[in-house]
Amino acid sequence: MDQYTLNLLVVGATFALYIGIAIWARAGSTSEFYAAGRGVHPVMNGMATGADWMSAASFISMAGLIAAVGYDNSTYLMGWTGGYVLLAMLLAPYLRKFGKYTVPEFIGDRFYSPTARMVAVICLIVASVTYVIGQMTGVGVAFSRFLEVKSSTGLYIGATIVFMYAVLGGMKGITYTQVAQYCVLILAYSIPAIFISLQLTGTFLPQIGLFSEHTASGQPLLVKLDQIVTDLGFASYTGHHQSTLNMFLFTMTLMMGTAGLPHVIVRFFTVPKVADARYSAGWALVFIAILYTTAPAVGAMARLNLLNTLSDNGAQPDGIDYAGRPDWMKNWEVTGLLKFEDKNGDGKIQFYNDKSEAFAATATEKGWAGSELTVNNDIMVLANPEIANLPGWVVALVAAGGLAAALSTAAGLLLAISSAISHDLIKGQLNPGISEKGELLAARISMGVAIAVATYLGLNPPGFAAQTVALAFGIAAASLFPALMMGIFSKRINNKGAVWGMLSGLIFTLVYIFVYKGWLFIKIDPNLADPNFFQTLWALLPVAEKDTAANWIFGISPLSIGSVGALVNFAVAYLVSNATEEPPVEIQDLVDSIRVPKGAGAATAH
Amino acid sequence: MADKTSSNAYWAANVRLITINLVIWFVVSFGFGILLRPILSGIGVGGTDLGFWFAQQGSILVFLIQIFVYAMMMNKLDLEHGVEE
Repeated sequence: MDQYTLNLLVVGATFALYIGIAIWARAGSTSEFYAAGRGVHPVMNGMATGADWMSAASFISMAGLIAAVGYDNSTYLMGWTGGYVLLAMLLAPYLRKFGKYTVPEFIGDRFYSPTARMVAVICLIVASVTYVIGQMTGVGVAFSRFLEVKSSTGLYIGATIVFMYAVLGGMKGITYTQVAQYCVLILAYSIPAIFISLQLTGTFLPQIGLFSEHTASGQPLLVKLDQIVTDLGFASYTGHHQSTLNMFLFTMTLMMGTAGLPHVIVRFFTVPKVADARYSAGWALVFIAILYTTAPAVGAMARLNLLNTLSDNGAQPDGIDYAGRPDWMKNWEVTGLLKFEDKNGDGKIQFYNDKSEAFAATATEKGWAGSELTVNNDIMVLANPEIANLPGWVVALVAAGGLAAALSTAAGLLLAISSAISHDLIKGQLNPGISEKGELLAARISMGVAIAVATYLGLNPPGFAAQTVALAFGIAAASLFPALMMGIFSKRINNKGAVWGMLSGLIFTLVYIFVYKGWLFIKIDPNLADPNFFQTLWALLPVAEKDTAANWIFGISPLSIGSVGALVNFAVAYLVSNATEEPPVEIQDLVDSIRVPKGAGAATAH
Repeated sequence: MADKTSSNAYWAANVRLITINLVIWFVVSFGFGILLRPILSGIGVGGTDLGFWFAQQGSILVFLIQIFVYAMMMNKLDLEHGVEE
């Protein structure tokens, strides 16, 4: 059986499973649509949260980014797990005690202001839609590979499937489906990692293999890798090369964003008790850590395998013949995500760091005229089993796992977006008398619109999947996280403080991101010959010349600005609140009551 | 709800526990993993140093332990102050 058919079979089988569960658990009432009853066990909830949380960014993209940069991208690992400590201690138990369905509902009640609730809805939508763009990028990469089409075609197919999938079921369908998706994605991630760790180091656990001896060379794996990359002019893998300040802020941004992203927080509304909310965060992190401790091994080993393949394990220092390239390269060339250009016309593939000035002399000496291979970072995890010559079923399983990761998160996010619009905006504000049926319809329409927007922006994404997702975390960190935290830990923050805090955090962060990434992530060439009205308007907005470290203010990347935005949010909220009146007594009593677990009933809608 | 003084003491104990945990959280990630890595560079771990290990493995394991220990201690605290569900 050829790889294409095998991919279709495995991916098809997992889809049949998810859709089967979704139909079986089809949401009937609005309360089921949002919160899946309240009977979800902490371990099950942890597994579903894991699937919800680990998206295309974690599965497809993250290890590729670590592979490309090495130590400096450890930020993703620490940031996306450390946020659970904040979530478990600062937010989850108290929000569960509060017992409502959505994040804007809490903000609206605690800050006794419909305006605060509306601002929270806006923050939620901006963060979640950005997040979905990253998922769409990942879905596009995965579909384009296993259907052997261009990445844009893969994106359209993926968007259609996400639409059918998310609109069909509600949370209840999603909770059980997500448990299944977790199992598929964790198997798909671990199996090839174990295979490759055994091949390279003879060690079963990739977590140990990363720090073990590379069997072929007799050196520690990381020493060998450092040597190979520096020989090609790249920065060393284990060394620290980027700005420490930026690394610090980026990690902080991802942590705060983790705690502030609504689609994860709502999962803690669905556990039976406050004590369960604390444990649920722990269980979620257990299931997440299995992938997150494997990812750095996948990254390092993929980089080593890729470079060794391109030089035939050092036997051909000028690169292997393009004509005799392995099949996986041919497969990925179809998607347009891997490109070869024979710059010096020798028919061999030279892959090295042509931006390194120190290496330029060596390259000239060898007759190399520039790096000839472009490898999109987002393909590393999916291509990894093919590079390592693993059996066909493993390759197919990885495709299925990548899609499971992207689908589950996209569905969770779309649910958060649709409930913010139908429940908080329409039912809470515009039309309180709306029928259950009308509310569900509005929820489904808003999902459709969100998918369409994300697909359009996903065609020219602001970065690799994990980078786009990191932007979403920055937005959540700067807007929602501080408001939630202050709402629980301070009785003094009032309605005005919260509203101004959220708005200034959000606007500060968005402006910084848009200046570097294009307004609303749309970049317009200023020298366009015949611009239309929209393009003329866009060209008026201030943009930075280049999105590079040299151009960033204090070297702070737009990906890292969220934690600075959070600081702005905290400061503005504190100052405005202290300059205005104290919150009313009943609000202070509300804060007292969410601080103790006693008296937590089932979560209610109103 | 429990009386005011008891719930104030409960909250103060909780905040103290959270503060200790956040210090540990900060030290293992931002500390060992980023800022203090040069100081720890003498301690080798499988071809690299301890800071690298904390950045890519260790911090995650510590986070895990922290959450479970916190959950257990809070359950005990809930009982002591009579604010359990």
